[in-house]
Amino acid sequence: MTDDLAAVFHEELSELVESLERALLDLKSQPEDLGLINQVFRDLHTIKGSGAMFGYTTLAGFIHDFETAFDKVRSGAQSVTPELIRLCLAARDLIPALLDDEPDPQDQRGEILSALRAETSGALPDALPAAPLDAGPTPARLSFHLKGKALALGARPDLVLKELITLGATEIVADISALPALADMDADMCYMAWTMSLPASVTEDDLEDVFFFVDADWQLHRAPPIAAPAPQVVADISQSAAQAPAQPAASPAPQPKTIPSAPGAEAEGTGRNSAPPKENASSGEGMATVRVPAARLDTLMDTVGELVTVEARLTDLARASGDPALVSTAELIAQLATQLRDATIVMRMVPLRSIIARFRRLILNLSETLGKPVDFVVIGEETELDKTMIEKLADPLVHILRNAIDHGMETAEERQKTPKSTTGRIELSAIHAGGEVLIRVRDDGRGMSPDRIRAKAVERGLIAPDAQLTDGQIFSMIFEPGFSTADVVTELSGRGVGMDVVRRTIETLRGTIDVESRLGIGTTVTMRLPLTLAIIDGLMIKVGEETYTLPLSAVKEIIELPKDKVIASETDDFLDIRGKFVPFLRLRNLLSCSAPEPDSQNVVIVEAGDGCVGLVVDRIIGTSQTVIKQMSKLHAGARAISGATILSDGSVALIIDVQHLVSAASPHPKLARELAA
Amino acid sequence: MSIQYNQSALLHVLTFSLGQQKLAIPAINLREILDPMPCTRVPGAGSVVPWVLNVRGSVVPLAELRLPLGIRHPHEAQSETRRFVVLEVEVGEDLVTVAIVADIVHAVTTIPSAEIEPLPAASQFPAEFISGIWRGHAEFYLLPDLAAIFTTLAKRSKAA
Repeated sequence: MTDDLAAVFHEELSELVESLERALLDLKSQPEDLGLINQVFRDLHTIKGSGAMFGYTTLAGFIHDFETAFDKVRSGAQSVTPELIRLCLAARDLIPALLDDEPDPQDQRGEILSALRAETSGALPDALPAAPLDAGPTPARLSFHLKGKALALGARPDLVLKELITLGATEIVADISALPALADMDADMCYMAWTMSLPASVTEDDLEDVFFFVDADWQLHRAPPIAAPAPQVVADISQSAAQAPAQPAASPAPQPKTIPSAPGAEAEGTGRNSAPPKENASSGEGMATVRVPAARLDTLMDTVGELVTVEARLTDLARASGDPALVSTAELIAQLATQLRDATIVMRMVPLRSIIARFRRLILNLSETLGKPVDFVVIGEETELDKTMIEKLADPLVHILRNAIDHGMETAEERQKTPKSTTGRIELSAIHAGGEVLIRVRDDGRGMSPDRIRAKAVERGLIAPDAQLTDGQIFSMIFEPGFSTADVVTELSGRGVGMDVVRRTIETLRGTIDVESRLGIGTTVTMRLPLTLAIIDGLMIKVGEETYTLPLSAVKEIIELPKDKVIASETDDFLDIRGKFVPFLRLRNLLSCSAPEPDSQNVVIVEAGDGCVGLVVDRIIGTSQTVIKQMSKLHAGARAISGATILSDGSVALIIDVQHLVSAASPHPKLARELAA
Repeated sequence: MSIQYNQSALLHVLTFSLGQQKLAIPAINLREILDPMPCTRVPGAGSVVPWVLNVRGSVVPLAELRLPLGIRHPHEAQSETRRFVVLEVEVGEDLVTVAIVADIVHAVTTIPSAEIEPLPAASQFPAEFISGIWRGHAEFYLLPDLAAIFTTLAKRSKAA
């Protein structure tokens, strides 16, 4: 098996394990749901099947026993209990170690399996149902051969045999009578057939599992209890039957040419065809998908970025040349580059679902440890985001969720004193809104008190004692680094543990984070994130001789700077936009530009989070596709700049950090200081 | 922070000048030497790394080593000899690409590691940013500790 295939298997396995975990967790809240029970069973089955196919026999054996126990649930003989879910989750946690073939000195695996068996049978732990040594006195005979061009399809008879050996197969005999002359041989066909003895305990279901992924004809013949020699079913076993080398102690198989049906006629003969397509129907969408390593998508995105940059240069040159044929060709290329860009961005999108499973687990564990019963509701787990973003979002979300349950949520007893239900509710929702994704974590816990946060902020010197702040501004103080200390945790219902780290992570993703809270009602944390990190539509502007780019998604409107505002004054830095007062910042001051001011200037009104701010610029150049390049960490101190991009002439333009300017424009002394630095 | 040179080995260095001062940096850090090109000022970035430039599609910071090394000679008036030296420097745990301004680039040469001396105690140069000096032919060369300079800068920038 090549490494590529093994990698595919590993990836598939991790998805299956995740799906298994999700189904188990869902099952906990909906124990009657047959769909979920079947989902669990299907996942186990597929893990076992592909595990065996790739030679992970220990894993396959373990899952087989897991599955056998769970089958009692599927058949309805056993109902779903919390204890069962707990055991199943514990068993699921052992899968990675099994995959790495780690030793199991304490026999955790055996313990969990026997506990599972005990739980599902209501009886004491007993022997493995399919234990290899459980060979009864009346073994059954199995014969099989692989059909069609099995070898071309990747079938591995050696692995099938290995799996049969783990089921207890002995006396394996290969039948090479169908082997053609060398000249007629088709390398894709498997001409050999095998017969073997199996312990009586092996059921047809077990065998169906073995042959799940192989297109094989197989027959199982059970001898009647008294019949001594196993009946030979498949005809034409020649005298020259070779012994399979895999079987060390294969004694000459008893193979008298008896009649196909054994005396007594109770022998059950079962012929089955099993083929892989079975599983596909259950796996959902039925859409063809291709697995691609993430690194290749990154390379593609980089290349598309280069293409977009070069395309801009071509368009410039075409315009300068004035040749209509060249201009129209350049326009076509521009269109194609845009389409290619959009297609690549979409390709990199993954649903939020891919990280939700670990949150469910986290909430479940915390809820049990802290004794705070909580319903965790996820809305919009299909919402898609750039994969890099999803990966980076996981930690902040874990942090916010942990805070919500650890600090935000009251205990069941405390909740009983309120009109709220004793079971708390934490809701994680994700929706697309314009060019952004809104991710919201809402809890119905005790909420935060603005007065206490305010007092704390004054004490820490973050705000002046007489500062006029809205509640929103006060709550945003919890994202300040000064707030992440232990005494705040106990005093102020705990929000603020490392929330500055959360905000920083979100900001590096060019997103924003806000918090709202009502005392006694609950707290909502809202994150707004761009859809992609790689390419955005930008608005190019000039300040002095320098070109800067603003993210177009943040631009609301562009107006001319009113004549009476041209001369800067200390007090009057607001614009009246249709009756609404909007603060504005002069970019030339902010960017310390020394070039002389032009006669007329424009104001670009940008929006971020809840706020708006006007940015005074010298000149608007136009929109362009902006391939975002990260700034080096040597430039982390340049707060007004969020990144850079390469223009069509090859020079570098900086991208203005709109979010930062908006929060700086709000009356918040610390940020204003930061900005002045 | 100082670099331990293998005493018996030869060190390949690139020599260049900032004003009258000659400097040598290990050639192993060197990626390429570019003719001057338009660079973009980064507002709020400070005076050591005030610009960025486009090096084959990557945005690379451009640094001026005069300030951290305490070199007072101003830029030479004529600028035909100016070059941007693109280097790879370890900053913290990462390898960062950064360009530095050189008034004149001289040569890649070999110096015996044993001849590299520590900075004399009473020196006008900041000891924390210099890993040694080498008395070459008639003049002495400063060996700046690039990792120390840029790591300090990155830390300061982050804290700002």
